[in-house]
Amino acid sequence: MYKYILRRLIQMIPVLLGATFIIFAMVYALPGDPTIGLCGERPCPAAFVANFREKHGLNDPLHVRYLTYMGNLLQGDLGTNFRDIKVVDELAQRYPVTTKLAAMAIVFETVIGIVAGVLAGIRKGKFIDNLVLVSTLFVISVPVFVIGVSLQYTFGLKWPIFPATVGSDATVYRLVLPAFVLGSASIAYAARLTRTNLVENLRADYLRTAVAKGMSRPRMLGVHALRNSLIPVVTFIGADFGGLLGGAIVTERIFNIQGVGGFLFTGIRNRDPVSVVGTVTILVLVFLVVNLLVDLLYGVLDPRISHD
Amino acid sequence: MTEASTIAVGAEAGAPTAGGSADEGRSLASDAWRQLKRNPIFWVSITLIVLFIVMAAVPQLFTNVDPNAAVLKSARERPGADAWFGRDIQGYDIYSRTIYGARASILVGVLTTVVTVIIGVTMGVLAGYYGGWLDSLVSRITDMFFAIPLLLGGILFMSTFPNDENSRYLVVVGKVVLVMAVFGWPSIARLMRSSVLQVKPNDYVQAARALGASPWRIIRAHVMPNALAPVIVVSTINLGVFITVEATLSFLGIGLTPPAVSWGVAISDALVALRTTPHILLFPSLFLSLAVLAFIMLGDAVRDAFDPKSR
Amino acid sequence: MTTTETTSRHRAKTATGSEYHPQDGLLLEVDDLHVEFHTADGIAKAINGVSFDLYEGETLAILGESGSGKSVTAQAIMGILDVPPAVVPKGQIRYCGHDLLTMPADQRRRTRGPEISMVFQDALSSLNPVFPVGWQIAEMFRIHRGMNRSDSLERAVKLMQRVQIPAAKERVKAYPHQFSGGMRQRIMIAMAIALDPAVLIADEPTTALDVTVQAQIMALLQELQEERQMGLILITHDLGVVADVADKIAVMYAGRIVERADVYDLYRQPAHPYTKGLLESIPRLDQKGQQLAAIGGLPPNLMRIPAGCAFNPRCKFAQDVCREDRPALRLVAPGRESACHFAEEVLNG
Repeated sequence: MYKYILRRLIQMIPVLLGATFIIFAMVYALPGDPTIGLCGERPCPAAFVANFREKHGLNDPLHVRYLTYMGNLLQGDLGTNFRDIKVVDELAQRYPVTTKLAAMAIVFETVIGIVAGVLAGIRKGKFIDNLVLVSTLFVISVPVFVIGVSLQYTFGLKWPIFPATVGSDATVYRLVLPAFVLGSASIAYAARLTRTNLVENLRADYLRTAVAKGMSRPRMLGVHALRNSLIPVVTFIGADFGGLLGGAIVTERIFNIQGVGGFLFTGIRNRDPVSVVGTVTILVLVFLVVNLLVDLLYGVLDPRISHD
Repeated sequence: MTEASTIAVGAEAGAPTAGGSADEGRSLASDAWRQLKRNPIFWVSITLIVLFIVMAAVPQLFTNVDPNAAVLKSARERPGADAWFGRDIQGYDIYSRTIYGARASILVGVLTTVVTVIIGVTMGVLAGYYGGWLDSLVSRITDMFFAIPLLLGGILFMSTFPNDENSRYLVVVGKVVLVMAVFGWPSIARLMRSSVLQVKPNDYVQAARALGASPWRIIRAHVMPNALAPVIVVSTINLGVFITVEATLSFLGIGLTPPAVSWGVAISDALVALRTTPHILLFPSLFLSLAVLAFIMLGDAVRDAFDPKSR
Repeated sequence: MTTTETTSRHRAKTATGSEYHPQDGLLLEVDDLHVEFHTADGIAKAINGVSFDLYEGETLAILGESGSGKSVTAQAIMGILDVPPAVVPKGQIRYCGHDLLTMPADQRRRTRGPEISMVFQDALSSLNPVFPVGWQIAEMFRIHRGMNRSDSLERAVKLMQRVQIPAAKERVKAYPHQFSGGMRQRIMIAMAIALDPAVLIADEPTTALDVTVQAQIMALLQELQEERQMGLILITHDLGVVADVADKIAVMYAGRIVERADVYDLYRQPAHPYTKGLLESIPRLDQKGQQLAAIGGLPPNLMRIPAGCAFNPRCKFAQDVCREDRPALRLVAPGRESACHFAEEVLNG
């Protein structure tokens, strides 16, 4: 068991280095003017550019720059953007909001998704099953931002049950609508995955054995089938959490939430490479760590892996 | 769309079949085709897809209005005889933009899918079939790219290399395709690798090796046909995902720019005036959703056709 | 079985509150059972009039190829058929005089485990992979007898020891995939006999196992059966497995019993062409160099069973009467039943 954890941790290190290098290289190594947008619509004067390059060490060879960047990263320094805001500070301030948002989305995903999936699975072919299949298909097809904008209009403006924007006061109530929007596609996937797994497990041989043992139908379903079916779903939800943190950018933009996604979006708008690179790096790191935890969780939940 | 959702879809896609000798009277492919033909969902999705492809290739068939012709004085016009879907805030004919938008969206989706499949399948086969150090190397590289979610990678790239007014249509589209392909191939590669790993130990592969077939032949004739099924399912669905990601990038303002018109661009433009003129949002969203839906349904139908258990 | 054994089992079972009492040791009566499967492509007649009795302490082997209906018979007795598409249009299955088919569902459910139990072929897929084996065995006690967790686990350990699983105390917490095939089968057996059922059905219990392990498992089943005076129904396609353990054999073909006899009588001289063909097709060490004698043709499509005797297309002795008239299962000699117009000829060589 511990060997498994250690092995996975060691495997993660080159991936971490590689991913951060890709991010870094994409932004700084490919030909392009790093000073785009800093001087308004026109290109910057040559002296400014030279000074800029010197100041940010852009004239050093790539691997030196990367090592400097990584060195800074390990010390917790993600750079300072051109508004003289330390990226790390900004992120530290905003992360709690985004985490709250993502956590609420996960709750929706878990509760609604699994319940819907189970109902559809045990009544396969009936009305509830078709309803779930059709509605999840619909939700998956419509992009998040369309859902977000539509729901914002319907429940935030037309029939204002929820506030249309969140602003700086990110209470749980204000985050309900955005969390639902953020989790919408995930709810759909979780429901479908639960349904598929349940249907498959309902056909399994060990369920036939449970019948032969005289187990009642509720017990067969609730204890035997569910435990097997939910393992992949739980790991999916876990993996999704990492992805949600990154995908919140659209939701935060629509609902004006002062989270990490909002910061990223502002960074894009303002052509601020330092902010953008720093934020994406952190998001990727979080994504990797969460994925690792989920892998370990799967190993723990499924005895076939943990008891090797 | 998150990476996790691709995993979820892949999990739904399931394992390739263990059988597959071409000698069985009904080969897997013809069996699947038979199953597919009987499925009404398949026909609905194919019809929609063909419709959109025709729209993309020959938009003139559907409208003779220039999508970039702004009639400012009729801006925000409701749907009517003059403009069937109305006009947006700049006076563009929404119907025309929606029709012409198909081209960019479908183009992005198709090209990205093709590239991700080519790269992903190659890498997956290399890792899965040869194993050893090649597998380790390819898997690590795959993981590195996989660690950067599609949307984030797109945001990163497109904001670093923004378009300007002089960017040509193909360049604009090409950039989006490039970045999505670069971050989209890992999920295909992983899927292909695990697929190959499940097919490789089967007896018919061992038999071919014992008969002295070259690795290339074994891969081409025995491994690929059997391992490809989940990849086909996931790629079909991914096509829809890529269209959506492009639309999301355009929504964020860093996707396609004029002169390229896509559904995403049209939706993005519509958001400003949503409160007063919701109709601007409606039609491009509808077309976008229908296209994505069609691909997902097609992927579902293909998966059911290949899955012997769901007969 | 003697009267005293019967009475003691009867007494023991009554002590645990069982409401089922075998009359004269008669546990199970399958009476003219018919089972059909209604599919999109047609109706498959899997069982077409099967009748047999099972007494305490008796081992009945049901022998047949795939598609003969032997497994479906077992599943029908257990009540684990998928009821659509399966339909039981006719017949009764009486356990200690009570018809299982017309019993209320809940009452029938409660017979599974305490009264009638089953062991399946593939123990790996038949055991739940995510629960420890001890938990799965103990489940029988927890659910049917209301025992608490620790007591039921204790009983589970004892059962595992009874079926000869080494280090049972430690291994009770292990998972199915951590055991070998033979051990898993023992666990299935432990689960099945946990509540001391009167009838045990073993559906191809050794097919997935090595030959040496097969022998061990069969010996275990025989031991347990003698110890508890259970009625054992052994479903198999393997003639060799059956010889040592069974008292009587019923040979099935196309959903019917075509021959029934004592084990040794049947092996010495079959009374039905199908049985004869099966026995002749077993490869023998003293027949080197000769062609293997297989029965030509294939088992019939259960949606289109041939008229007359179902075996007639493949039968060496088939005559016109065989193609028109379906032979009933009849007594052709003391203790010998056969469903063939020419059974006497086959019996006498």
